[in-house]
This record gives sequence, C-alpha cells and structure tokens, in this order.
Amino acid sequence: MENYDNMELLRFTTAGSVDDGKSTLIGRLLYDSKSIFEDQYDAVRESSERRGEEGVNLALLTDGLKAEREQGITIDVAYRYFSTPKRKFIIADTPGHIQYTRNMVTGASTANVALILIDARRGVLEQTRRHAFIASLLQIPHLVVCINKMDLVDYSEETYEKIKQDFEEFSYKLNVNDVHFIPISALKGDNVVTKSENTPWYDGSTLLYYLENVHIGSDHNFIDCRFPVQYVVRPNSDDYHDYRGYAGRIAGGIFKKGDDVMLLPSGFTSKIKKIDTFDGEVDEAYPPMSVTLLLEDDLDLSRGDMIVRENNQPEVEQDLEIMVCWFSDRPLQPRGKYAVLHTTKEVRCIVKEIRYKLDINTLHRNEEDKTIGMNDIARVVIRTTKPLYYDAYRKNRITGSVIFVDEGTNETVGAGMII
Amino acid sequence: MSYHLNHLKELESESIFIMREVAAQFERPVLMFSGGKDSILMVHLARKAFYPANIPFPLLHVDTGHNFPETIEYRDKLVEETGARLIVGSVQEAIDSGAIVEEKGYNASRNYLQTHVLLEELEKGKFDAALGGARRDEEKARAKERFFSHRDEFGQWDPKNQRPELWNLFNGKKNYGEHFRVFPISNWTELDVWMYLAMEEVELPSLYFAHERPVFAREGTLLADCEYIHKRPEEAAAVETRMVRCRTIGDMTCTGVWESEAKTIEDIIKEVSIARKTERGGRTDDKRSETAMEDRKKQGYF
Repeated sequence: MENYDNMELLRFTTAGSVDDGKSTLIGRLLYDSKSIFEDQYDAVRESSERRGEEGVNLALLTDGLKAEREQGITIDVAYRYFSTPKRKFIIADTPGHIQYTRNMVTGASTANVALILIDARRGVLEQTRRHAFIASLLQIPHLVVCINKMDLVDYSEETYEKIKQDFEEFSYKLNVNDVHFIPISALKGDNVVTKSENTPWYDGSTLLYYLENVHIGSDHNFIDCRFPVQYVVRPNSDDYHDYRGYAGRIAGGIFKKGDDVMLLPSGFTSKIKKIDTFDGEVDEAYPPMSVTLLLEDDLDLSRGDMIVRENNQPEVEQDLEIMVCWFSDRPLQPRGKYAVLHTTKEVRCIVKEIRYKLDINTLHRNEEDKTIGMNDIARVVIRTTKPLYYDAYRKNRITGSVIFVDEGTNETVGAGMII
Repeated sequence: MSYHLNHLKELESESIFIMREVAAQFERPVLMFSGGKDSILMVHLARKAFYPANIPFPLLHVDTGHNFPETIEYRDKLVEETGARLIVGSVQEAIDSGAIVEEKGYNASRNYLQTHVLLEELEKGKFDAALGGARRDEEKARAKERFFSHRDEFGQWDPKNQRPELWNLFNGKKNYGEHFRVFPISNWTELDVWMYLAMEEVELPSLYFAHERPVFAREGTLLADCEYIHKRPEEAAAVETRMVRCRTIGDMTCTGVWESEAKTIEDIIKEVSIARKTERGGRTDDKRSETAMEDRKKQGYF
C-alpha cells in the first residue's frame, strides 16, 4: 500500500455477449484480484440459488437494476472497479447486443483499452467486427483481443492462429494502432492472471500483466496546447480583490508559467502569470489536470473561450464534417436544429447534409438510405451558429468531440467525432 | 519529468472538473452533506475547485434527529472553518408537523423519511442541482448512476432512460421544476477515499477510528446502543462494550459498527485493503430487499 502514490488509472471497456464468457472473465479478474467482497459474493450466490440457476451467476454482480436481473440482460453500462498494486482499473462493461451500440460508444469514449472477447469455437463474428469498429471509431488507443474458451478447443495453437489471422484481415482496414492477442480460458483461468501451462506455444503475457503494463502515458495529447475556459474564479474578498482566474482542465499540451498565449475567439495575446491550485502554484500543467490560469493582462475571457499558443492554433470553423452515432428513437432530422456541446462551449447547429450511413458490419457506405435511427452511424455536415475551436478527433479526443442535444426534450440524442 | 498523474490526482481532477461544471451550468446548486467521509471529501474537493474563492453553494444536511453526536460536532466545526452556508432540513420537525409518519417496531428507522425532507428542502431552496457523495462501487444500483443524473419534477430517477455520458461533456439541460443529482466522486472506491484523505491529511470525525462503545448484535450486524433504537429484551440484555469503529456514518438506527483496532488513518487503509465485506454491509437500510437502494433512489432518495 505504500506505493499508492505511484498507481496509475486505466480505463477499459469490455464488449461481448454473455455467451462469450464476458461476465466470467470480469468475475475472474475481480475475484482473483480480491475485489469481490464476501457479502457481495454471498448475495449473488443466494440470488442465483433462488432463481434456480446452476452455480454462481457472476453476471448478477454487474447487472444492478431490477429490470436487468429480471430479464437476465445488461441494459446499461455498468462500471466496476478493481486494483492491483500497480494500477487502479475502471471497467466500463457494456452490453453486446446490436441495439446497444450507444452503450458501447459511451463506454468507449473515455477508455484507454478496449477488450474484445472471441469464443474460440466460433471465431470472428459480426459482433466482433462491430466491437473492433467502434473501438477504432472512438480511437481507443489500445485493443486487446482475448480468444476465450481455449480449453474447449484443446488449447489448439492452430485455432488461435486462424482466428488471429481472420481478425487481422479485417482490422487492417480499421484505424487501430496497437492490437494485442491473448489465448485465454476465463473459466479455467488460463493466461488471465497466471501464465498457462496449457499454451506452451504462446510466449506473450497474461491479460492482467498486459493491463498492468500497457503504456498509457502517451494516450493524452501533450503537443497541442488547448485550455477550454470552464469557469471564471473571482473571489469577492479583500485578500483576493483583483484575482481573476480561469479555471479548467487541460485538454492538450503542456502549459508553463511565462508562456505566451493566445485567446480565442478574440485573438488577443497575453502571458501566463501564474498556474494556481489549492495546493499552491505549479510551474507547468498538462492533461488531465484541473488548474486555474492567471494572465498578465486583463482581457475579456469567459466560459467556452479557449487559451492556446499563437503558433499552434486549433481549427476555427462553423461548417463541420462529423461522424455521428445516433442515440434517439426519433431519427436524425435532415435540416434539423440541435444544441451542440463542445468542450465547455454550447452552440446551436443545423444539419446541412447527411453524406452516408455506415453499415458497421460491412463498413459499406450507404448513400441511398439516409434515415439515421437509433444506433446508426453516419457522416454528416453541420453548420453551427458560432465557430468552434476544434481539432480532428484523431488528434485530440477532447477538442474533437461533440454531443447533440434535442432542444425540445433536453435528451442527449447523438455523439459526434469531428473529422 | 514524466507527465502523468497518479490515480488519486486523476480522480481529484475529474471530480473538480464536475464540480466546476455544476457551478457553471446551474443557477442554484447545493451540496448534500451527511457528515460521513464521502461528504467530507466532497467539501474538501469543492474548496479545491473554487480556490481562492469560497464554495459557491450552500451545504444541506438532512438531520434525522438520530445522529451520532460526534457528527453534528464535526459538521459545525467544518462549517465554521470553510465559511460555507449550512441549511438543515429536520426530519423531527416534519414528523411533529404531521407531514410524515414515523415507522414503528424494532426495525424502525428514519432513513426512508429523509427522502421527504430532502425533496422539500430542494423545492424550498429552488435548488436545481444537488451534489452528492455517492460512489458507484458502493452498491449495485449506484453502479448505474451517471455523473449528471436527471430527476423529474417529482424528484424521481428513471434508471432505464438515462442520458448517455460521453467524454467530458455533461448535459445538464432540464425543464423548469426538474433538477439534477450530481455525483462527482462516482469513480472513487472506498479505498481511494481513504488513501486520498490520508494523503491530504484531512481531519475526520472520531467515529471512524476505533473506540470503546456499548453495542449489541442484530441479524449479524453490530449496532451502537442508543435511545433511538427499540431493542428486544434479549438484545438489551446482551449490550456490551466493545472496541469498534464506523465504516460508513448514517443515522444511528441503521449504521452498523465494526469491531476494529484501527486507531489511525493508516490502520484504516490497511484494514480496508484486506476487508472481505463491503462497507454498506453494515447498513440495515440496504438489506430490506434485494433492490432496496434502487427502490429508494427511484423515489428521490439520495
């Protein structure tokens, strides 16, 4: 416990259906890392018995809602936590059914790693392709493909290699950088936490070792300085009479005291006088720190504005090309107007054009049927009421993402990645 | 120089971001304060988020009248130190005025009655966002909570129809009369909270540390002996003084205490990191049925 100040946080998503052994795998990770408590385990065992199920149904650990337990399905993203001495892990466990694309997208939006499960007996399925595609669309930096149920195929290297090859055959078309394959049996524990003697032909690491060691230090953008102003701190006290601090979370780059900066939208330039926190001044700030910046000059700057470097500016546009994932049962309206949230800024937009709908199983671009319903993914063009200061999503997930809000119902109806 | 935050600083940064989002997006936020370690953490994070300004919203304490005296003492001291404004909603007053009826019997608790007083206070203060220190690791229904959780005009939660939350974009839009519950420490675990409070050297109520207290056992849980609990004769006969501490602090009638020798925060971290039972395992309010928490939350419970 002494080294907890060195622990890193890693967020990963799991995707797959119950049949893939996803719950079993999560159960094993939690159980083997001693993150399941006795009373939780007892409660799950009792529920399983009461429902007349054989064995302990570990899915009941994550399926927290009454409706989920009744129907035996996962409706919503469930968050689970476990830690080892090296890292703390947040699992966004998302349902695998086709109608739940929106949950997968939600879970994927903040993940460092996507964990994809393949049943070794069944190989690469449509669902596998869908998960891999969403991971690439959301630009999850690392992908780990667990080929599960190896015990049921006699730990066959040939089967493993065949599935790996099939996966690579379509994944090279996707924009994924770092793919890792591991043969496992979640049920028997092979290569999950401890290295298996049943797979002597596999010389890679176990899943837990991978999760503990995958390099996530470069998952943030440390190059392009972006500071969306979130809140202006103005204490009305005698001690801090002239204090005017711009509070926010660093979205990209490294800001240093004394740096020359430029303010958007005004275009004025100034210098960073101080980077302030409750624990005292710091010399530099980087993602994902929450800090308060003070500038040398008294300029007009408020929520939704952005502090950047003059020689490295974001795009400033009102017409945007966006890949959108639709969440609402009311289809995306051509020429429709929506509220758009982007960094700390809010604008309105009109949907100018739907370029195509994407079939996420075949990656076919459908330019005929442009009805964008729930769980559909499409490329659209929007025009906003005011310019957005953005980067392409592949450069920065924070300054490259938007959500669409229905102005009548206030519902979040879509998520967009700026191209 | 390596540019990475340890997990506690990253959680801190996330929580501060959420709190600032609340201050920016809502007109009248309020922080629900119970006196437990999670709400103490919340106040600490709120001070950090708005430093050097004061916390830009009041604290709301729903007082069941069945508090541990140490809780009230700590609360008043904290309010004085931070300069925060405190609002107290009283369950006792609501009972006296006839607005709600007290439960009867051995297991009577004012836990359920808090919901009524909480919703009344939110309405009275016209609060449009109530910040709470609930964590997703605490309980299975809470594991499904959003950071920004919408409540209709009756204060109800609709878990099957929640807004998806992506990246760090939080949609706090609502109609007049509706409000939000916001949970900035959603991603913290019990151990994270203790590690962080230790790292930050935050002062805590004495109840969390091992002390001698008269207790009795009920259905496998140790309860502190007090005038608010209606004891069965055999329970009254079995009261004995033991070395205990609280892992959570709520109303005295439903907060179990644990046998413990942990006298410092380091001892607690050691104890929590090898604990084999969840902290709410001692909360009799959660044990009324398998979905006790979900049912209460739907009605507007915190």
